[in-house]
Amino acid sequence: MDVLMLSRLQFAAATFFHFLFVPLTLGLSILVAIMETKYVRSGDEEYKRMAKFWGKLFLINFAVGVVTGITLEFQFGTNWSRYSAYVGDIFGSLLAVEATVAFFLESTFLAVWVFGWKRLSPKAHAACIWLVAIASNVSAYWILAANSFMQNPVGYVIRNGRAELDDFLAIITQKWAVLEFLHTVSGAYVLAAFFVMGISAWHLLRNNETRFFKNSFRYAAVMALIFSVFLAINGDFSGKEVAEKQPAKLAAMESHWDTVKGAPMYLLAWPDPENERNSIEAIPVPGALSFLAFGTFDAEVKGLKDFPKEDRPPVLLSFISFRVMVGLGTLFIFLAAWAWLKRKDPQASPLLMRLLPWIIPLPYLANEMGWTLAEVGRQPWIVYGLMRTADAVSPIAVSQVGTTLVAFILVYGLLGLAAFFLLFKYARKGPEPLRVASAAPAGKEVAHA
Amino acid sequence: MLESIWFVLWGVLWIIYFVLDGFDLGLGALMPALAKNDQEKRIIYNSMGPFWDGNEVWLITAGGVTFAAFPGTYAVMFSSLYSALMLLLFALILRGVSFELRGKVDSPAWKSIWDICLFVGSFAPALLLGVAFANIFAGIPIDKDGVYHGTLFTLLNPYGLAGGLLFLVMFCVHGALWLVIKSGGDIGQDLNQRAQAMAAKLWYAELVLAVVFLIATWFATDLYNNYLAMPLMFVVPLLAVASLLGIRFMMAKGAWVKAWVSSAVFIASAALFGVLGLYPRLLPSSLDPAASMTISNSASSPLTLKIMLGVALVMVPVVIIYQAWVYKHFSHKIHAEDLAYEEAY
Ligand code: HDD
Ligand code: HEM
Ligand code: HEM
Repeated sequence: MDVLMLSRLQFAAATFFHFLFVPLTLGLSILVAIMETKYVRSGDEEYKRMAKFWGKLFLINFAVGVVTGITLEFQFGTNWSRYSAYVGDIFGSLLAVEATVAFFLESTFLAVWVFGWKRLSPKAHAACIWLVAIASNVSAYWILAANSFMQNPVGYVIRNGRAELDDFLAIITQKWAVLEFLHTVSGAYVLAAFFVMGISAWHLLRNNETRFFKNSFRYAAVMALIFSVFLAINGDFSGKEVAEKQPAKLAAMESHWDTVKGAPMYLLAWPDPENERNSIEAIPVPGALSFLAFGTFDAEVKGLKDFPKEDRPPVLLSFISFRVMVGLGTLFIFLAAWAWLKRKDPQASPLLMRLLPWIIPLPYLANEMGWTLAEVGRQPWIVYGLMRTADAVSPIAVSQVGTTLVAFILVYGLLGLAAFFLLFKYARKGPEPLRVASAAPAGKEVAHA
Repeated sequence: MLESIWFVLWGVLWIIYFVLDGFDLGLGALMPALAKNDQEKRIIYNSMGPFWDGNEVWLITAGGVTFAAFPGTYAVMFSSLYSALMLLLFALILRGVSFELRGKVDSPAWKSIWDICLFVGSFAPALLLGVAFANIFAGIPIDKDGVYHGTLFTLLNPYGLAGGLLFLVMFCVHGALWLVIKSGGDIGQDLNQRAQAMAAKLWYAELVLAVVFLIATWFATDLYNNYLAMPLMFVVPLLAVASLLGIRFMMAKGAWVKAWVSSAVFIASAALFGVLGLYPRLLPSSLDPAASMTISNSASSPLTLKIMLGVALVMVPVVIIYQAWVYKHFSHKIHAEDLAYEEAY
């Protein structure tokens, strides 16, 4: 394998791993902040326990999210140095802004939150977790604006042999960035909501701490329903944006080979890229693809055959990732609606309680599939239409990247095992018993003050 | 002009990073030598607990600003130092998670895994940062296309290693002093004594290494050219010497906070000494001076530099203010009740 292939694999491994932890950070921080706010408002210790219990899971997850993010920040320079030199004028500034406006807030106030339960007033303490939640979501906006520039470059001029900044505002407010942000964070909220519902259901089925987990469940069910519906609507907008700006990605994700007007969508299909056709095509919905892509049933949709072979993204991967994401998205809407209907008394529906713990991995899968579609579907471009991935890679030795790729897989593999083992352990263990949680520390609180 | 301002800011960000993360890297590297039991280890972990992550963000920012203001340098520097940088990152990964994960399973074997990660993950970055910066001062073999002609071992030359050791010892003294400040409440008196003795002992090593490094710099680099051209700048190395002696003086008086501040000034002035000597280069080439990455051939466009300057001038002071607030609120000595605290590491 060459440096290009190894670097792509390494970057993919590193980002996928990072994004196993990012969505839970984005969503759970908000849920914890809501729970703690409820505690501050009502004085009900139950909500403080909720913030602490879910907060503990949040912290384990956050630790791995942070350390895996740091490697990403530096990999643009180590592995994609030609890319960095070519678009750094624009791309680098977005990353630097992300660090200065968001990461500092996030890391600093999370530490204050962890160590400040007794040193801060309840209000100030709750404010800390809100700062963390807001900063995380703000950080997502900047990194996604950077990614959107790669998907749909705007606001630049080619000067001095590189892409230079022309219109900063255009870059950070472009439609692609807004859509990508809304879609990604909603995906994250859905993940966090199903995470909380799944764990709550597991305990409710065993009659553990029923009040505690019913309350948690209720919050999560509302979040799940709102955002799974929103995701589908917002995803449709994303699809239209892809159709307009990246027609090759659209054709690949739909495995659509021939340019036609009024393109149908096949509910059952399987691409056969070798022969530039689909080996299975069944149950057509007439005009559906045209409608989904352009909003009218007879619009023309460009097929893959009209793109030169070297400009086509990998079809099979784009196609599968899109179908899996949309399929799961549909499933989430039904499940979230069901959970929402049962939110007052979830235990009345043992089937749902038994099902939900098993659902936890699925939003993870959907999120990763979404990124696969966005990034693999963008190939062979690193910056769409502007720079090819093959021209972006660093002039380094195969042995260097080979070694680090193996190291990434090993270290991340072990780290992932440790993190999920702990999440699982503490999720099963449930919250600290009420007596210990309220009586003992309360005594100390007095002693301390 | 803009480029020069950014050069200074670039240096300042790295310096803040060294001063802040320096003490927690040094303390992690010293842990096996200082802590004799689990309680003492926990005092060490918790003495850095509320700070280390916020400190590390200065590294992300320093890296990010290199990318934003000097993308050409970012590209060549990070791809040239590929192996060293990856080692640094892996070390920081293991270290970063050890805080959160260590206390989560009640087993000595589990804890010792993360203790090792903290040690290696602190020791290696301290050393590697020094090796990397010494090599940057001396220049590395890059050609006109920014291709690096060397290996990881090219960097481990005597001057690079001297830089590595200096950083390591500098950070260890900084960390030991921090521990003296944070320990010795109602628990950890022994640890406090050991940290005092360690700081006093390591100070001599710091002195020797600093002198060796200053002399070696004369022979191995051309950093002094800027100083000879503008002798006023010699105040920076003089400040370094003064603050180094200041550490010793304050330690003898038992003024540990002042000793730590002196150590911070020493780290800052030592790093500033190198950075000012580099100007206007960010990454000299040892093959061909014309292939060096400088502020003029690697800077971003004026528009980017202007926007980023606005962001930096607003945000960096804000960050400093709220981080200072955190330091003020959490710099108390660690007591038994702090370790009993449910959320403590
Ligand atoms: C949609 C959100 C999102 C996406 C696509 C990415 N990240 Fe991320 N990142 C976050 C959302 C996030 C976060 C929520 O802010 C994190 C995750 C977990 C955490 O602890 O903070 C974080 C942490 C994090 C950190 C550590 C920050 C700290 O110390 O607090 C760095 C340096 C990066 N990320 C860098 C990157 C880079 C270079 C990415 C692109 C390849 C990237 N992230 C993708
Ligand atoms: C966190 C979620 C993300 C995931 C899971 C992800 C996944 C991937 C994958 C699978 C690839 C390899 C594609 C291929 O080579 O076939 C890739 C490449 C890349 N992505 Fe992402 N990505 C994510 C976010 C981002 C963001 C936010 C950025 C930029 C801000 C980014 C920048 C890049 C770059 C520079 C490459 C390397 C060049 C390339 O192969 O195109 N990625 N990513
Ligand atoms: C329900 C119907 C859904 C539709 C129509 C849809 C549509 C899309 C489209 C068209 C893209 C590609 C955008 C691009 O190339 O940049 C995308 C990306 C993505 N999807 Fe979905 N999606 C759906 C559900 C979901 C679900 C349920 C999740 C996760 C829980 C999810 C997570 C993502 C992520 C993380 C990305 C990458 C970021 C982005 O490009 O916006 N999607 N989605």
